[in-house]
Amino acid sequence: MSEAAAIAAWRTLGARRAAVSAAALAGLAASFAADLATGPALLPIGAVLRTLAGINDDPMLAAIVLQLRLPIGLMAIIVGAALGLSGAVMQTILANPLASSYTLGISAGAGFGAALVIVFGAALPFAQIWAIPTAAFLFAALACALVAAAGRLRGATPELLVLAGIACLFLFQALLSLLQFIASQEALQMIVFWLFGSLLRASMTKVAIVATVLAAVSPLLLRDAWRFTALQLGDDRARGLGVNVDALRLRAFAAVSLLTGAAVAFVGTIGFIGLVAPHIARGLVGEDQRHFLPASALLGALLLSAASVASKLILPGTVFPIGIVTALIGVPFFAWLVVRGGAR
Amino acid sequence: MSIQANGLTVRYGAHVAVRGLTLAAHHGEVLAVIGANGSGKSSLLRALAGLVPHSGSVARRPAARIGYMPQETAARAALTVFEVVLLGRLRSLALKVATPDLDAAARALDEVGIPELASRRITTLSGGQRQLAFLAQVLAADPTILLLDEPSSALDIAHQFQVLTLLREATRRRGLTTIAVLHDLNAAARFADRLALLHQGGLLAEGSPAAVLRPETLRQAYGISAAILAGPDGCPVVVPTGVAA
Ligand SMILES: Nc1ncnc2c1ncn2[C@@H]1O[C@H](COP(=O)(O)OP(=O)(O)O)[C@@H](O)[C@H]1O
Ligand SMILES: [Mg+2]
Repeated sequence: MSEAAAIAAWRTLGARRAAVSAAALAGLAASFAADLATGPALLPIGAVLRTLAGINDDPMLAAIVLQLRLPIGLMAIIVGAALGLSGAVMQTILANPLASSYTLGISAGAGFGAALVIVFGAALPFAQIWAIPTAAFLFAALACALVAAAGRLRGATPELLVLAGIACLFLFQALLSLLQFIASQEALQMIVFWLFGSLLRASMTKVAIVATVLAAVSPLLLRDAWRFTALQLGDDRARGLGVNVDALRLRAFAAVSLLTGAAVAFVGTIGFIGLVAPHIARGLVGEDQRHFLPASALLGALLLSAASVASKLILPGTVFPIGIVTALIGVPFFAWLVVRGGAR
Repeated sequence: MSIQANGLTVRYGAHVAVRGLTLAAHHGEVLAVIGANGSGKSSLLRALAGLVPHSGSVARRPAARIGYMPQETAARAALTVFEVVLLGRLRSLALKVATPDLDAAARALDEVGIPELASRRITTLSGGQRQLAFLAQVLAADPTILLLDEPSSALDIAHQFQVLTLLREATRRRGLTTIAVLHDLNAAARFADRLALLHQGGLLAEGSPAAVLRPETLRQAYGISAAILAGPDGCPVVVPTGVAA
């Protein structure tokens, strides 16, 4: 292969990866439309699209689509993207394909925060619909801060961060169990329901909040794309190439905590997306992070949006909690992916 | 002098890996660092590259660009060889990769003789092929000082010859300063201008191959007895004859 041929081959590869992402985007659009069309009343896609475009004068239809289903459909996309992106970054900086907001205790932290408000929140002067996500976010951030503090003290090596994350997971799970133990019957039910994860609590305000965080954090992460790619060759080599490894890890960790915290705060613990989306993305576009990060976000959005559709179709008339659906569909799918021969 | 260490000491906790070492390397020169396992070769290189905390001083020109190649050649990332080499340009890489960076990567691949591997996943290469890819990565950065930790340890005899010849010629032609850790004493003798023999973190001997590769120094550094023969072009050839008592 000549010099020009090597460059041309790499450019072709880049174009192919962009095409994969474009296909995922098209799939996402289709899934979004299906999400708006499905529900207790099955709506024709054409009518849904006309409503979105503002050229439908059926007020009943408009109310269903714009007020009930649109926030849920958008929330699925934004939260899915946030979870996919943060999972990808975590797997990269921790050099571990099993790292995700769930395995690192961030979701557990959020769950504990939410439960805390559910059990003791009656005493708070705030409405629960805001107090619960706020507490969930704060405790997710606290979980991250604990892990990052361990990294600051002892050097931010992947092993140490993963260990600290797992310790965090156990800590918050134990605390959560304690809360469940002392909770009233009614509170217990609320906690369990929160932990299932659900998109039904979505509203346009909440969508806007998570979208803002996503829009603020993504460019910061993308700016480090090449440094993330270098980091995958090992700390020593990355340092030799000029990366300040510890600083990069901690800054990425902070960005990702913000992202996951915001995502899980409003929808509860939705496991799996953060694990599976990057896994599929890696197989499809490789780990040049300029492709890998956007593809992980897109696939996360697609997966959660598709899960939202599925949650309404499994048992007509019932909406299954989305966290359960992602796990029930995701686990066999993931097992199949792994057995078929992973991306690595 | 292009890079100079003065009283360089590297500690890992209580363990001293490099003790008060003073060493210089010059433009257009290949300096081979040799010594037994654990004698501090890698630590010395990492300190020269500024990658480990150390005491003592390392002096080099502010404009010097260091290309450091670690000993470890494992790689797990889902990246192609071309991407790995391109990362050598990290300091100038933008989201949209500029032509000079692409050209430098392609040229470096050519230089180490593996252009046909450009589109392969790095994880599918043999150890030796990976070593060549990482060498191309270092060269792509257009460095002025090369610090190479066992750049040829996984290479077959032909590739070892090719890589060391390449390094020596590039060093002469571009006026680089190359410091390479080599385990193969005969290769070191042939390709390096000077040798530095480390023993327990200190400098046991330094100078021309003939001055360093002597039975006494080898006995002390490696615990072997060896005969030193004269090679075809006059450079010394080490033949181990036994383990010293
Ligand atoms: N990260 C580390 N932590 C503790 N000890 C280390 C570390 N790296 C190297 N050492 C020790 O320092 C000494 C020198 O190691 P090194 O520089 O790798 O030697 P060489 O490259 O000559 O084999 C060895 O005794 C090794 O065990
Ligand atoms: Mg070594």
